[in-house]
Amino acid sequence: MNFLDSIWLIPLFPLAGAVVMLLLGRKLDPQVKAGHGPAPLKAVVSLLCPGTVLTSFVLSVGAVAQLAGLPEKVHQVVQFTWLAGLPFTAQNGGMARFAADWGFLLDPLSSVMILVVTGISFVIHVYSIGYMGHEGGYYRFFGYLNLFVFFMLMLVLANNYVLMFVGWEGVGLCSYLLIGFWFHKKSAADAGKKAFIVNRIGDAGFLLGLLLMFAVFGTARFLDVNQALASGRFTEETAGFGVLSAMALLLFIGATGKSAQFPLYVWLPDAMEGPTPVSALIHAATMVTAGVYMVARSNALFRLAPETSTIVAVVGAFTAILAASIALVQNDIKRVLAYSTISQLGYMFMACGVGAYWVAIFHLYTHAFFKALLFLGSGSVIHAMSGEQDMRRMGGLKDKIPITHGTMLVGTLAIAGIPGLAGFFSKDEILWQTFSNGATAVYVVGIITAGMTAFYMWRLMAMTFYGASRADAKVAAHIHESPRVMTVPLMVLAAGSILAGWIGVPKLWSALPDAFRAFEHWLAPALGAEQAQAAAEHAAGTEWLAMGLSVAVACLGIFVAWHFYQRRPEKADAVRRAAGPVYTTLLNKWYVDEIYDFLLVNGLAKGGGSALVSFDNRVVDGGVNGAGWLTRLSSTLSIWWDTWIIDGFVRLFSFSVKLSSYPVRILQTGSVQAYALVFVLGAVMIFGYYLTR
Amino acid sequence: MLHPITTLHYLVLSAALLLIGTAGVLARRNIVIILMSIELILNAVNINLIAFSRYFHSVNGQIFAIFVITVAVAEAAVGLGILIALFRNKETVQADEIELLKW
Amino acid sequence: MLTDTLLFYFFAAVTLGGGILTVTRKSAVHSAIALIASLLGVAGLFLLQQAEFLFAVQIVLYVGGVMVLFLFVIMLVNLDQAARERQFNKQWWLALACVLAVGAEVMYFLKKGAAAFRLAPSPAAATPGGPGNTQAIADVLFSEYLLPFEVASLLLLVAVVGSVIMAKKRI
Repeated sequence: MNFLDSIWLIPLFPLAGAVVMLLLGRKLDPQVKAGHGPAPLKAVVSLLCPGTVLTSFVLSVGAVAQLAGLPEKVHQVVQFTWLAGLPFTAQNGGMARFAADWGFLLDPLSSVMILVVTGISFVIHVYSIGYMGHEGGYYRFFGYLNLFVFFMLMLVLANNYVLMFVGWEGVGLCSYLLIGFWFHKKSAADAGKKAFIVNRIGDAGFLLGLLLMFAVFGTARFLDVNQALASGRFTEETAGFGVLSAMALLLFIGATGKSAQFPLYVWLPDAMEGPTPVSALIHAATMVTAGVYMVARSNALFRLAPETSTIVAVVGAFTAILAASIALVQNDIKRVLAYSTISQLGYMFMACGVGAYWVAIFHLYTHAFFKALLFLGSGSVIHAMSGEQDMRRMGGLKDKIPITHGTMLVGTLAIAGIPGLAGFFSKDEILWQTFSNGATAVYVVGIITAGMTAFYMWRLMAMTFYGASRADAKVAAHIHESPRVMTVPLMVLAAGSILAGWIGVPKLWSALPDAFRAFEHWLAPALGAEQAQAAAEHAAGTEWLAMGLSVAVACLGIFVAWHFYQRRPEKADAVRRAAGPVYTTLLNKWYVDEIYDFLLVNGLAKGGGSALVSFDNRVVDGGVNGAGWLTRLSSTLSIWWDTWIIDGFVRLFSFSVKLSSYPVRILQTGSVQAYALVFVLGAVMIFGYYLTR
Repeated sequence: MLHPITTLHYLVLSAALLLIGTAGVLARRNIVIILMSIELILNAVNINLIAFSRYFHSVNGQIFAIFVITVAVAEAAVGLGILIALFRNKETVQADEIELLKW
Repeated sequence: MLTDTLLFYFFAAVTLGGGILTVTRKSAVHSAIALIASLLGVAGLFLLQQAEFLFAVQIVLYVGGVMVLFLFVIMLVNLDQAARERQFNKQWWLALACVLAVGAEVMYFLKKGAAAFRLAPSPAAATPGGPGNTQAIADVLFSEYLLPFEVASLLLLVAVVGSVIMAKKRI
C-alpha cells in the first residue's frame, strides 16, 4: 500500500471516530443506559476510539518508513484548493492569490510529530478506558479526544499556514471542550473559557503574521515560503527590526498563546480542572507543543530575523524560571506538573531562539514521554486516593501503589536530567546549544531552572510516595493500585522515557556510533544543520564541563529536596516561615492572574460593560427611537399632504364649480320676462351677424 | 308721404307693431297686459302674411293667417286659464312675483 | 289711389296707436279697449289688402271672441291692486334698448331690400258674381290644406279642454 499517497487517511480515522461518537454516542453511553446491559455497548466505544488512533499510528509508521526510502525526504500531497481568493500584488512584485490548499506535507519534521501524536495519543486512550470508566459522558470524552487527535494531525500534516491554523483553532476548541468536560463544575467551565480566550489573544498574532506573510510572499505554503526565503531576495535582518522580524514576532505571539509562554501562560495551570488524561495528552504532550512545532517549521524565517529569535530565547528563558519558581511551592500535584510543563516549554523555545531547532524538537519528543508518564501517574495516584489531589494529604504510597511509584520515579529522574534517561540528552543539548551560541545569560537561567526542576520534582515524589501517610483514614482504606489497563500504559511510557533519548546522543560521546545520533540527521533536511556545525567549534572540554555542571545541578536539586522533605521535614516549615513574603508571592503565582484580572478583565468588563450599556441605550435604542420618530414624521407629512394637497385638489374642483356658479346663477332669475329678453337679445345678435356679413 | 302704398309700407307697419308688442311682453308686469301684447305680435305677423299674399297674388298667405288666428285664439284661451289658476294660487298677476324657479 | 293711401295711414295710426296704448296703460280694461281698437285697425288693413274673409274673421273671432274673453278674465281677476302697483318691471330699459336695436336692424334690412317691394300690387281682377276671396280660400282650404284644417280643429279641441281644466277650482 502506498502510505505516502494515503496520508489523508491518517487524520481521517480519528475524525470518523469523533463523528460516530457525535451521532451515535448517546446510545452507547453507559450512564444513559444504566440498568440494562451497557457493558458490551461501552466496549464499542472503548474499542472504536483507541482503535482509530492505533490505525492512524500504524499508517503513520508506514508512511514514515516509505518517506525514509525517498531520495528527497519531502512528500507533498495536495488534495484540492480550498480557499480561492482574489489576486493581489504581493510585495515581491508578483501577482499572488489568497489561496489555501487542503494539502498534506510529510517531511522529517512532520513525520516525527505524527508519530509522537498518534503514539502518545493511543497510549493515553488506552489509559482513559480505565480512568474514565465510571464517569458519565464516556462516549463524549472519547469523541472529543478523537476530535482532538484529528485536529492535531491536521495541524502537523498541513502543507500551508492556513490549514495549520485550522488545526490550531481546532485543538484550541477541543482543549476548551475537554477542560470543561465536567461543565457543571463552575471552576471547570471557567477554566475552559479562560483557556480559549487567552489562546485567542495569541491567535490574533498568528493571523496577523499569516496575512503579513501573504502580503510579502504571496503564498502561505511552507515549501513556497522557504523557497522564497532561500532565493536570496531577503537578507538576514541584523540591522534592526524589519518586515521579516515583524512577521516572525507575530507568529511567535501565536506560539506564546498556544504553548503557554509568558504572558499568555495563565490558562495552563487552570486547565488542570480537566480530567487527567486530558492534561496528559493535550497539556503536556501534544497541543502545547504546537507552538514549538510552528516555530520549528518557520525556522527559515526565524533564521533571517535575529532580533525576534533573541526575543524568543529570552521569553523562553524567563518563562522557564518563572514557572519553575512557582512550582517550588505548589501543593496540588497536578499544578506542579502544569508549571513544570510551562517551564519545559520554555526550554524548547530557548533552543529555538538560539537556532537549535532540532534540539527543540528532540526535547519536545522526549518531554512527551516523561510528562505524559508523570501526568498519567499522578492520575493513578489521584485514582488511588479517591480523588485527593493535595500532596499535603498524601505520603507513604510507595508500597501501596508500587507500579505507579516505580514509573513515576523513572519519569522524575528523566525530567530532572539524570544521565541515561531521555530528559538528560535533550535538556543537556539545549543547555549546551545556548552556551555555545553565546547566549550566556540564557544558559545561566537554564542551569538554575534545571536545578529547580530537579528540586520540585523530587519534592513531589517525597511528599506523595515517601514518608508517613498524612491521608485521611477513610481515604487511606481505599488506596489500591490501578487496573492493568492503566498501569500498562504507564509502563510503556516509562520504557519510552528510558529509551527514547538514545537516538540523540551528543557528538561528544564519540564512542557511540552515528546511529545513536539518528534524530539530528533525520531532521536535518527540514531544520537545517548549520547550527550543529557552529556548536562543534567549541572545545570538547568545555562541553564535558557543561555536561557535568548540569548533572551536578540536578543532583543538587534532588539532594536538597530529599533533605528537606525526607530527612528533616520540620526544616521545610522553618524555611517556609523564614521566607514568609517570598513564599506567599510564589504560592500566589506572582499574583499574575490578579494583575490581569485588575487590568484587563475587570477593566474591560466594567468599562466595556458600561460602554456597551451606553452604546445600547444611545446608539441601538436611539436607532430604534429614531426609526419611530421618522415613522411619525413621515406620517405627519403624509397627513399634511393628504389633507392639503390631495384633498385640496378635490376641494379646489368643488370650489371652482361653486365659484363659477355664482355668475351663472344670476341668470336663473325665475322671471319669464328675463328669459324672453334673452330671446330678443339673441335676435339682436343674429340680425347683427347678418348685418355685418 | 303721398306715395302709393307699397308692400314695404305694410312690412314697416308690421315690424313696428311687432316691436311694440315685444316691448310690451318684456317690460310690463301685469300678465294680462303681457298676453295682450302677444296678441299684438300675432296680429303683426298676420299683417305681414296678408301683405305678401297680395304681393304674390297667392291665397296661401291668407290660409296661413287663418291658422295663425286659430292658434292665437287657442293660446289666448289656455293662457287666460293659466292666469286664473295662477291668480287663485298666488293672489297676484304680476309676472315678476312668480319666481319659483329663481336660484 | 289717394283713398287707399289715406285709409292706409288712418288704419296704421289706429293700429299702432292702439298698440302703444295697450302696452302703456295702467288699467287693464283700458289696455283691453285699446287692443280692441288696434285689432279693428288690423281688420281694416286686411280689407285694404282685399282679404275680405280675414277681415270678417278678424272681427268676429278676435274682437268678438278673444277680447271678450280677455275682458271676462279681467273682470274675474281683481286687478285693482295691480293697477296701484308699479307697472313696468326692472328690466324695462334694457327691453326698450333691445327692441329699438332690433327695430333699427329691421329697418336697415327693409331699407336695403326696399327695391324689391317697389312694385305696387296690381288691383285684383274681381269679377262681380265671380269667385270672391272667400271662395278662393275655401277652394284651397278644403282641398290642399285639409289636413292642417283638421289638425287645427284638434288643436282647438285641446285648447278648450285645457282651458276648462286650468280654470277649474277643483279638478
